[in-house]
Amino acid sequence: MADMPAFDYHIDIPGTTIFDGKQAMKGYALNKMCYSFNKAENREAFKADEEAFMEKYGLNDQQKQAIRDRNVLGLIEAGGNIYYLAKFAGIFGLSVQDVGGLQTGRSTEEFKDYLKSQA
Amino acid sequence: MAKILGGITTSHIPAVGNAIQKELYDDPYWKPFFDGYPKVHKWIQDNKPDYVINIYNDHGLGFFLDRMPTFAIGAAHEYKNEDEGWGLPSLDPFPGAPELSWHIIESMVADEFDITSCQELPVDHGFVVPMQLFWPGAPHHPDMPKTVPISANTVQHPIPTLKRALDFGRSLRKALLSFPEKDAKIVVLGTGGLSHQLDGQRAGFINKEFDQYCLENIVHNPDELTKISRMELVEKAGAQGTEFLMWMMMRGALGDDVTEITRNYHIPISNTAAGTLLLECAA
Ligand SMILES: [Fe+2]
Repeated sequence: MADMPAFDYHIDIPGTTIFDGKQAMKGYALNKMCYSFNKAENREAFKADEEAFMEKYGLNDQQKQAIRDRNVLGLIEAGGNIYYLAKFAGIFGLSVQDVGGLQTGRSTEEFKDYLKSQA
Repeated sequence: MAKILGGITTSHIPAVGNAIQKELYDDPYWKPFFDGYPKVHKWIQDNKPDYVINIYNDHGLGFFLDRMPTFAIGAAHEYKNEDEGWGLPSLDPFPGAPELSWHIIESMVADEFDITSCQELPVDHGFVVPMQLFWPGAPHHPDMPKTVPISANTVQHPIPTLKRALDFGRSLRKALLSFPEKDAKIVVLGTGGLSHQLDGQRAGFINKEFDQYCLENIVHNPDELTKISRMELVEKAGAQGTEFLMWMMMRGALGDDVTEITRNYHIPISNTAAGTLLLECAA
């Protein structure tokens, strides 16, 4: 997809990607695949053949690679929305603390401690 | 004419459903959270609402990016809870109130709010967890009210402004008060929040000071909060803390004169600063 350079209605918030129209268009195929994981049959089909499943949903190379690498920040960069990505993470039994740790370079325990430290 | 008894807000973290199933009420991690609810239970028992308006935000079960309504109102006989991708057991369907749904839709569209009506709407944890918290055993609690779900978009920007959310609630109030069923008693829920962020290098962000500011002002001074821009809300409440919009929608439905019955605030439950607030409307 061609970039939309003038398409920016947001302030810069470090460590935060605003999921707007631009991201939603970029990540449409990826999010659509993850949305399909609401259904157990699609989770099973993905597990049986990840490559074929990604192909079926038309993921681009960047999205496919981020899925292969289980790279959460890479998935966001590729247009993924965390609510749909959470369904992808669910296939592997990952909690939101696991996912938080993966994105911030912490272990799950370190991430939980960080949450507690803000009380 | 109908009467609005009050409004209740709560966080709707998915892990709560699991904790309820395992009855972790006295577990040291969960106790400070569950301690926020007995007063709510008593109030519900004393007041026995006939209808519950459940204002929540769908998280990718009922809606996808192909069609993303900014404000959607359920107009069905029942609402099914479905698998959100984690394979958790689903609850039985919640009984709807289509007469009330269509009354709200008619009234609000006449009031110039553009509503998406939904005759099928699978409901996710945002809707279900608060029901379980307030009516234990839901939907099989003996006093389970009939429900109208209202979902606002916080998945994809642009999301509604805080002012629009409050105004939505005020228009909803007009609709509810004009519902012709004599002596119908209605409670309004606002679910989600408070500060949290699930995504990005800033994942895990929580902002106690900002949450306390919101909690203070939403009771008697909600208009003050409409000064907060949406980007400021993302910055200060976290990317998913934008769910505070549901609290604003609920607040608008209560009118000016409210009494705070109970409040609870606890960090953290899962990745979230959990907040609960019960406001009673003047008789
Ligand atoms: Fe939520």
